[in-house]
Amino acid sequence: MASYATNEFKSGLKVLVDGEPCSILENEVVKPGKGQAFNRVKFRNLRNGRVWERTFKSGESVEAADVMEIDMEYLYADGEFWHFMKTDGSFEQVAADARAITDAKDWLKEQDVYQVILWNEAPISVSPPNFVELEVTETDPGLKGDTAQGGTKPATLSSGAVVKVPLFVNIGDVLRVDTRTGDYQNRVSK
Amino acid sequence: MSDKGYPALPDSLKLRASVLAEIRRFFAEREVMEVETPLLGTSTVTDVHLQSFEVRAHDLSEIPLFLQTSPEYAMKRLLAAGSGPIYQIAKAFRSGERSRLHNPEFTLIEWYRPGFSLTDLMDEVEQLITRLLYRQKIPRYTYRELFRKHLNLDPHTVTVQRLQQCSDELIDVRGADLDVNDYLQLLMDQKIEPRLPDCCFVIEYPEAQAALSVVAPDSEGVPVAQRFELYVDGMELANGYFELTDAVEQRSRFEGDLVRRRQLGLPEVAVDEELLAALEEGLPSCAGVALGLDRLLMALGGNWDIRDVISYPLS
Repeated sequence: MASYATNEFKSGLKVLVDGEPCSILENEVVKPGKGQAFNRVKFRNLRNGRVWERTFKSGESVEAADVMEIDMEYLYADGEFWHFMKTDGSFEQVAADARAITDAKDWLKEQDVYQVILWNEAPISVSPPNFVELEVTETDPGLKGDTAQGGTKPATLSSGAVVKVPLFVNIGDVLRVDTRTGDYQNRVSK
Repeated sequence: MSDKGYPALPDSLKLRASVLAEIRRFFAEREVMEVETPLLGTSTVTDVHLQSFEVRAHDLSEIPLFLQTSPEYAMKRLLAAGSGPIYQIAKAFRSGERSRLHNPEFTLIEWYRPGFSLTDLMDEVEQLITRLLYRQKIPRYTYRELFRKHLNLDPHTVTVQRLQQCSDELIDVRGADLDVNDYLQLLMDQKIEPRLPDCCFVIEYPEAQAALSVVAPDSEGVPVAQRFELYVDGMELANGYFELTDAVEQRSRFEGDLVRRRQLGLPEVAVDEELLAALEEGLPSCAGVALGLDRLLMALGGNWDIRDVISYPLS
């Protein structure tokens, strides 16, 4: 596989460091007036999301990683894997395991599009869009005047996620939810 | 603002103009003559850590020339020819250096004082800084005392293994063939500079970091470089030397550079024979200093990035 030298480092570059696929977040040149230059690099591990730092002597290189970030349509889950299909008309499918799906599994809806990071063609990370629209499958009727809960009640969505919703929400309602916070935004008319 | 290619804030342009005027007044009062020496030359530096720009005529009709990385060599030739004390406000060019503190093209204020000791010149730099920026006495620390205080090691005697261990504990650093000075400079930059006071001088550098300065024993009998650096806001602002005048020693240092260049696979360069000839003619005993004008403006204006003080920084 190709490699990149420090003078080619830039934000967004996908590289393999210590065997892990990473994206470069920042590349700072450290250079004393009369001495060796170094590159202080901040990475995000694309498998576990961890941000970390390493300083390289200028001129050192790292291996390029075969990493692609693409949009894929969610198809179904079979208990062990979650299956996605490319949206480019190729109908190619990949299977994401629990390690790759992580929190995205709370926001899955068939035929919705998700951001999938592929490393050597295998999915290592799945991200939902910032907002999804999901149907309420379970919730209490929410009696008027019941102030004990402070105006909200829990509701289970078709993806399995449980969110706090206003009392007027009913089973069958489609809700718009912020996937980053898990917060109810509004009801969506079907 | 500067990422979009817009000119720097008008404030920093005006500041540059007024600082330049003040600097010229400063030197006029002291009867130091302003000079201009060529930016283009047929030779370049041998320093393994400096990459100069090579330029060609657009139609390739001429031999390649180099843009200067500093006006030092030309100014030393003037000194050898009897110029007396001189200063220059000059553009310098260094390839491969771009960061919040580096623009490939930048401005140096460089001056030389025949008959001055290193301390005399430090005093003069202090006078200039006091006039422009910092109203208190500027403390002076030796390289050794900073390393002892912050990292508990003696930079002049420490082994590369101990430095590697110290580095590994503090910084995740990778690189083949890092020598004692590579580690010292990295530790200085990453672990000591952020803890320096707002303004200070650092003196008595390790022998291997002497470049074109004289090496002499310190109070403990250890050979150290007669060199100082001025730090402002954690930035290297000025680099001063008690200049090496011995042509034989200078040639030998240049040849050492050439050997290292070959070992590192760097492009071959020729030593500057015109500089060496000037040293053979006789460079008067002098101290010299180069100060980064752009960084001085950053310190004055409170700017984080050098691009904010340069009219059209290279993107």
